[in-house]
Amino acid sequence: MPNNTTDTGTPERIFIKGNEAIAHGALAAGCRCYFGYPITPQNDIPEMMSYALPDAGGEFVQAESEVASANMLLGAAAAGIRALTSSSSPGISLMQEAISYMAGSELPGVIVNMNRGGPGLGDIGPSQGDYFQSVKGGGHGDYKLLVLAPATCQECYDMMVEAFDLAFKYRNPVMVLGDAIVGQMKEPVTPWKPAAVAGTEAADWRLEGARGRKPRLLKSLFLEDGALAGQNRHLQAKYADMQAEARAECFLTDDAELIVVAYGSIGRIAKSAIRKLRAQGHKVGLVRPQTLFPFPGPLLRGLAEQGKRFLTIEHNCGQMVEDVRLSIRGIVDSAFYGHMPGEMPGSDDFLAPILDAMGGK
Amino acid sequence: MQADERLALADDEQMAFEVPDVLVDRATHYCPGCHHGIAHRLVAEVLEEMGVVDDTICVASIGCSVFIYNYLAVDSVEAPHGRAPAVATGVKRGRTDKIVFTYQGDGDLASIGLAEVMHAANRGERITIVFVNNTVYGMTGGQMAPTTLIGQKTTTCPGGRCRDREGMPIRMAEIIAGLGGVAYSARASLDSVKNIRAAKKAVRKAFDVQQQGLGFGFVELLSGCPTNWRMDAVKANTRIREEMIPYFPLGVYKDVTEGEGVC
Repeated sequence: MPNNTTDTGTPERIFIKGNEAIAHGALAAGCRCYFGYPITPQNDIPEMMSYALPDAGGEFVQAESEVASANMLLGAAAAGIRALTSSSSPGISLMQEAISYMAGSELPGVIVNMNRGGPGLGDIGPSQGDYFQSVKGGGHGDYKLLVLAPATCQECYDMMVEAFDLAFKYRNPVMVLGDAIVGQMKEPVTPWKPAAVAGTEAADWRLEGARGRKPRLLKSLFLEDGALAGQNRHLQAKYADMQAEARAECFLTDDAELIVVAYGSIGRIAKSAIRKLRAQGHKVGLVRPQTLFPFPGPLLRGLAEQGKRFLTIEHNCGQMVEDVRLSIRGIVDSAFYGHMPGEMPGSDDFLAPILDAMGGK
Repeated sequence: MQADERLALADDEQMAFEVPDVLVDRATHYCPGCHHGIAHRLVAEVLEEMGVVDDTICVASIGCSVFIYNYLAVDSVEAPHGRAPAVATGVKRGRTDKIVFTYQGDGDLASIGLAEVMHAANRGERITIVFVNNTVYGMTGGQMAPTTLIGQKTTTCPGGRCRDREGMPIRMAEIIAGLGGVAYSARASLDSVKNIRAAKKAVRKAFDVQQQGLGFGFVELLSGCPTNWRMDAVKANTRIREEMIPYFPLGVYKDVTEGEGVC
């Protein structure tokens, strides 16, 4: 719970779905435009924004496609407006074109992906199959999104506030990567409002008409000799600076012999499994990355240097495990358990994989 | 730079035809005989006459038209191919007090961007679209466009566009006029002085309906591409008159300015 809160007269706690917490958090963060297209399992977000945003003086547009909604996000971002789109996996695939342009043009916007099963149409249940697409760029060219991974409804709310600030701090698209579990479950959430929403009025790049100044141009086309190389160097330096934002929840890691690395809903389910195993005397702990890009690699490397072993658990066929292995390379490897998308995991599903990884010692 | 600073006038000379201030004084990259320069100038004149230059945001598209931001001194953003109407929707919804327009070619608007322009029009977005139709993909080297005329030879229909294989050319001004959110839709041509004067009136009207909050403004400009048509500029103008205008009739297809607008 961030401490820069003010009393806003909002109820102390509200019982809402993760998707609704996303919408509440966006409103608290000063979101003024929402663009989206219906897709399960995230429809609570556009449905709530369709009435709440106009009430807050903003604009809601149900776009003709996710292609269009992401490009509307690009347009609002160019005008310096705090804007949001949300979707689920197949829709996020359609947004990659605009997201690449936003990264190339350095435009801030927030994209929520409530990850569902794939590939293709997949199913409407939870999955972490979009990890690569989220943290490795996703569209064409060399670029990165800041990627936040909520595990609770409260984190859905909190991370939305943070997402808008990060987007404007770095002039970069930010993705909040949940799944059908965190989006659909209900929990008590404590709403809060940031003491101040960083204004964009002073932004020296936003488009508003060139009154009394030279015209501004936001573009990702760099044809002049050396210009694109310069832009890419600039972007890469920015992505390196983002490493300062890396963050993870550590649970019982101090005396752990085995570190489970898991994010989002799966991190939370793994935590339940770890509690059960701790009760049986097994020294196992959890690192739950809250930022997927930047990845909390230095934290994992520090734990590896202490001689700990690693097991990565994901709700996919092995994606984040590659980043875990890169983080601890040369010291130790990470075992992997992938719960197959299309099957809902419970904490008992993780007990045997964890015991197997511990037994390897 | 003021127009009269560019040319030294003799004492007995008068400036009769000025360059709009909002047009940037630089060498053009467009080919000889290309009509983009005229289209730019019409937009520039209209923005100045409306007094909205400092409140205008341009959404550039992909194709030869992308470089409008090098010639028009207004705030600009570059949209992905075909998506300019969606980007303009986002800009306008974010800044409802600004004049927002897209500048798109026929490949961009009538092929890859058909969904975006149709739905922006149907929603009645208060934006203006300047649509330059030269029946060919210019920047990529003269491939077939959705507007390529039957029999017209391009690098991807070297035997000439065939109705049975490639279908008929798309008439956008008529299609747009059929959508509910549209306040103004017209087609004009840049082949002659007379038609250019009419085109300017159409461009002005397409911006006026936005400023008045009446709805979506659309103007299609029939234009020449001598390079990819493999002919000189004079023949290109003749082709517009003899081949394009008969298939793409000039005129106003929708104008609600006499009524109360849409929505």
